[in-house]
Amino acid sequence: MELINLYLIPGVVLGCIYALGAIGLSLIYGVLRFGHFAHGDVMTFGAYVTLSAVALLGVSPLAALPISILVTALLAVIIDRLFYRPFRDSPTIVVVIASFGVALMLRSLVEIIWGADDQSYETGIRRPITLFDTLVIAPRHIAIVLAAVLLVVVLHIFLTRTRLGKAMRAVSDQPHLARICGIDLDTVSLWTWVFGAGLAAAAGLFLAIDTELNPNMGWNLLLPLFAAAILGGIGKPYGAIAGGLVIGLAEELSSFPLFSERPLVPPDYKTGVAFAIMVVMLLWRPQGLFRGRVYG
Amino acid sequence: MSLLAVEDLRAGYGDTVILHGVDIEVEAGELAVIVGPNGAGKSTLIKAIFGVVSTQGGRVRFGGDDTTGASPERLVARGMAYVPQERNVFPTLTVAENLEMGAFTTRGPLAPLLDAQYALFPELERRRRQLVGEMSGGQRQMVALARALMTKPKLLLLDEPTAGLSPKVMAQVFGYIRAINQAGIGVLMVEQNARLALQIADRGYVLAAGRNRFSGTGADLLANRQMAEAFLGG
Ligand SMILES: Nc1ncnc2c1ncn2[C@@H]1O[C@H](COP(=O)(O)OP(=O)(O)OP(=O)(O)O)[C@@H](O)[C@H]1O
Ligand SMILES: [Mg+2]
Repeated sequence: MELINLYLIPGVVLGCIYALGAIGLSLIYGVLRFGHFAHGDVMTFGAYVTLSAVALLGVSPLAALPISILVTALLAVIIDRLFYRPFRDSPTIVVVIASFGVALMLRSLVEIIWGADDQSYETGIRRPITLFDTLVIAPRHIAIVLAAVLLVVVLHIFLTRTRLGKAMRAVSDQPHLARICGIDLDTVSLWTWVFGAGLAAAAGLFLAIDTELNPNMGWNLLLPLFAAAILGGIGKPYGAIAGGLVIGLAEELSSFPLFSERPLVPPDYKTGVAFAIMVVMLLWRPQGLFRGRVYG
Repeated sequence: MSLLAVEDLRAGYGDTVILHGVDIEVEAGELAVIVGPNGAGKSTLIKAIFGVVSTQGGRVRFGGDDTTGASPERLVARGMAYVPQERNVFPTLTVAENLEMGAFTTRGPLAPLLDAQYALFPELERRRRQLVGEMSGGQRQMVALARALMTKPKLLLLDEPTAGLSPKVMAQVFGYIRAINQAGIGVLMVEQNARLALQIADRGYVLAAGRNRFSGTGADLLANRQMAEAFLGG
């Protein structure tokens, strides 16, 4: 039971957060062909937007999620116009470095607006719910998982049911053929940023609900996010969901005291687990765990 | 007046010139075939006509208008469609989604367009929910043709539609192309299998090193001794 309550459930929660962030990385890579190193800081920004929305409107963090998604998506679209689009025809490394610059700028922006100290949403502590006498779940964990599932369903409907969503998959599949079909890359990339940044805002908010707000919170997550995206096969958003869950669970379960009193891997080295999985994947199956059927 | 008239077309990549003045004509509803050795510039010619390779000189007229250097979107809107030699389907999309992407720029209901393709390729209707990446070479070529037909083109540009197919499937694909042509759609096709292609062609062109070498009706070219020795293996 301790395994489920203290390791499995937090692992799933962390996995949902990683998944939402990694989906954005994968979408952006698929359509625009570069690793977006500012993605973690976009998450941070989204979490802080929620902080302000909660303070201004007096609503709960989850109720402020749509506002945070909209503001963060708008910010990402502006960043793309200013810092990425001018380099679209340059070598990839140029855009990658631009995204590093954006990461630093975003973090400074957060520190200027909201300060550098740790903060948290004023939610009041709610007692965990006990199910079947032994299963202890915090309400915030239930909320995070449900909200993450809802967002993934929305993304799925967009990608498989709308003309624009299908075009996004087409561009990421065969950019040349997409061009021959007259698919407009500017429109597709706009919606890629809206979804990528919107989901990152949600991931940032969930992470802040689960822990606390800090200007470095998103940057620190960049490694597991990339690990998750690579595990799922970068450019494949559905793979990123699975990748996120696997990395989240692996990180939490790795500190389970399986053989002795002591954790399998000391909790300080959690990120090392993500890194190890990423390196193994890159060596063994750089195309990711899944082949072919990634779009359901 | 011909549907497509290419006059003295020069084109290439950057500073490299590949086409040194090529002339091609296709009448409405005709099936024209371009043959020639590897690297002759056949794909480059098709791409230059479709606006994906920039032209360096000469003229392209389509449907009576000067379309030299026009963008693919404009050409599609005017009734041209193009099936590239490689990567001509979206493998991670379903058959129906591939066709839908073909009609991306056309407004109005999709269903009649889809029905028209399914009437021509009944097998695609049965497989409409299947991912194209899971399909055989011949089936993919069907998807590629159907995708291009979604915009109701007057002229279809095909770059080696039978490359890598078994003889049996190749004959099948030639059958489809004839059916499309008999429905009144002009076809300009590059083909490696020169003999087979010229047999069904109204008009043929032999291209070598970026220049016209022979041209005439399909039958003329097949009967030409010099041409046969140089390009059809005797
Ligand atoms: N993107 C490109 N950049 C530079 N040169 C190119 C490019 N594509 C083709 N070429 C060159 O242009 C020449 C003509 O190529 P093209 O593909 O038009 O020939 P082809 O007649 O279609 O040959 P094949 O029968 O092999 O398809 C070749 O020498 C090729 O190396
Ligand atoms: Mg070619």
